[in-house]
Amino acid sequence: MRIAERRRLPVRPPRVRPGGLVPILVILAVLLVLLTIRQPDFLSPPSLMSFLGRSAPIILLAAGQYFVIVAGEFDLSVGSLVTAQVVVAARLIDSEPSRTWPVILLLLAFGAAVGLVNGLVTTRLRVSSFITTLGMYLILVGAVYLWSDGAPKGGLSEEFRRFGRRAFEDVFLVGRVPYALLVLLAVAGLAVLLTRSDFGRTLVAVGGNPRTAELSGVRVHYAKTMAFVLSGLAAAVAAILIGGYSGISFQAGAGLEFGAITAVVLGGVALGGGRGSVVGAMLGALTLETLFTLMNFYGVSGALRSTVQGAIILLAVAVSALRSVPGKGIQ
Amino acid sequence: MRPSTAVLAIVALLAFAGCATDEPTVAASAGASQAASGPGTGAPSTFFVQADYDKELALLGATPTGPAGKPWEQVLDPTMVQTAKFKKPGPYKICFSNAGLNNPWRQVGFKTMQAEVETHGRDIKQFVHVDAEGKDQKQIADINDLLGKGCDALIVSPNTTATLTPAVEAACRQGLPVIVFDRGVDSTCPVTFINPIGGYGFGHVAAEFITQRMKPGGKVLALRILPGVDVLETRWSAAKVAFDKAGVELVGVEFTDGDPAKTKKIVNDYIQRYGTIDGVWMDAGAVAVAAVEAFVDAGRPVPPINGEDQLDFLRQWKDRKLTAVAPTYPTYQWRTPIIAALRILGGEPVSSPWKLPQPTITQDSLDQYLDPDMPPLHYAMCGCTDLPGYPQRWK
Repeated sequence: MRIAERRRLPVRPPRVRPGGLVPILVILAVLLVLLTIRQPDFLSPPSLMSFLGRSAPIILLAAGQYFVIVAGEFDLSVGSLVTAQVVVAARLIDSEPSRTWPVILLLLAFGAAVGLVNGLVTTRLRVSSFITTLGMYLILVGAVYLWSDGAPKGGLSEEFRRFGRRAFEDVFLVGRVPYALLVLLAVAGLAVLLTRSDFGRTLVAVGGNPRTAELSGVRVHYAKTMAFVLSGLAAAVAAILIGGYSGISFQAGAGLEFGAITAVVLGGVALGGGRGSVVGAMLGALTLETLFTLMNFYGVSGALRSTVQGAIILLAVAVSALRSVPGKGIQ
Repeated sequence: MRPSTAVLAIVALLAFAGCATDEPTVAASAGASQAASGPGTGAPSTFFVQADYDKELALLGATPTGPAGKPWEQVLDPTMVQTAKFKKPGPYKICFSNAGLNNPWRQVGFKTMQAEVETHGRDIKQFVHVDAEGKDQKQIADINDLLGKGCDALIVSPNTTATLTPAVEAACRQGLPVIVFDRGVDSTCPVTFINPIGGYGFGHVAAEFITQRMKPGGKVLALRILPGVDVLETRWSAAKVAFDKAGVELVGVEFTDGDPAKTKKIVNDYIQRYGTIDGVWMDAGAVAVAAVEAFVDAGRPVPPINGEDQLDFLRQWKDRKLTAVAPTYPTYQWRTPIIAALRILGGEPVSSPWKLPQPTITQDSLDQYLDPDMPPLHYAMCGCTDLPGYPQRWK
């Protein structure tokens, strides 16, 4: 992490900018130090690998949520989308290994389709994304309940579950590398490439000032819709990992939308759009998971989790509101 | 969206999510992590009633009366009541107000009940089922509606105890026989209340097993679904008594919300924090497999653990040769209300309360409950293998 910081120095001015990576790296470093004091072997390879593996889904969701939030919108449907995906996967696979790959493809298509609907309703029908995705959240909860008669059926094949559960064993130096971590690294790489592309810059411009973006020839609707599709796809990949990690459950995605939004905000991405980086969002998710692990190691009740999340959102937004220059825009 | 609007929106949504939980929370929690500090496991749960605890533990050793091999017709410690005043000629219309079908246990139970109805052929001319979807208000309305439908007997599985009591009492006043099962009501007006031994028995059996199989003073992790629900609180309060008696070190009491992912993370954290965990106690079996997997995936031996009679757990137990036990809250209790209704309408005396045996699956009896053809979330103690439509109906 130090190296990453140093590398950035020549490129960016050394002062702490809102939306920059320095604050989140400092917070993460502090938490890791606290964690190591309490639990010296936390940073040992096996423990660290298992931590990164199980944190992969929320980091993926944070990356997906980043695209939507930086474009000035919200996606509240990801939690229930994850639940729906896991329940659908279990019922369709029904413990039959040969159905694994077709169902995975179907889940990705399903995630993209839900994102597309969210995007179209938000941009074409001009419904606030907060309401659109809240509606989608409720629709998915209800549909899953109806379709499954209130209790999940079927089963996930071991082939499906390995992505979230298994690992490359006996890797040189680190020991065990979870598949989930590799999936995460691949998706994170793609996400970074995407933010560096024209599309990524356009998205930030759209979130910063949609009117200006539109006047300069950006297809705002298209960009925003694609952001929702990306979030849906991220939810699909996260669902595959979560289903793999823990099996069928009606709770699979419960509360993940808040986790993702908190992570994104913590990572320095401005709610309202126009500022922040996808790496920051993903580091935010990692920091949040580290914080929860720390709370557990210090014996803080798990019931405080949502309180902490809420406090982080309020604090982060307050800080960024104080810092932000009037008439925010693309910097 | 401006940041200030966003904050408002998020806060509103957090509040919304807080309200959207559909778990019936009967009373406030006595506090989540009261354990882990000080001697013993801390103050007893506010739900603990010594007399009930003693009674349930005594019933665990009692011999049931009734036909052998049919535990759903057996009674522990029977107290018969006369039902001659309800006697009428058949065939009957039997109505059932169901708290919900919102978990696999209730799904299995309800299918068992439907199959039981079929076995009675022409004695039951109509079986009316209304699903309250886990909502008190809907169930109150449902019961009210059923009263106008000419039912010969009313079966109620209440969503919550206190809230549904007046509705059940109103039904009693109509003069038809009311049978309550699973969760109870605060009233003696129903003809009988059918349920297995109960939560103290469940929690005690599991905790005794775990403490006996581990070294004295070993580390126990307790995993609970959620606080404040009486049937789960009694399980936990009985386990506390057993843990204090055995002098084990309770390293944590955590709520999992029935979420396997959360369970796995919690167990993983405890494994890292303490190195070894010597026993895992659970108040319900839903996430037992996730707890087992957490040990397996961490490359650690699985300590003595309890689950329930769900097949996914029983299979793990067999395949991984676990040191395990499965106390049950048997789904065969869904057969009994139909049997009781027909006996009452026939004027035969029934026991009130009707306490059913609550078997425990042990290493010795494990194989007889393992059915490779049944789905992972099926409950083995359904008493349904002799019913019409088995096994297809339960798949």
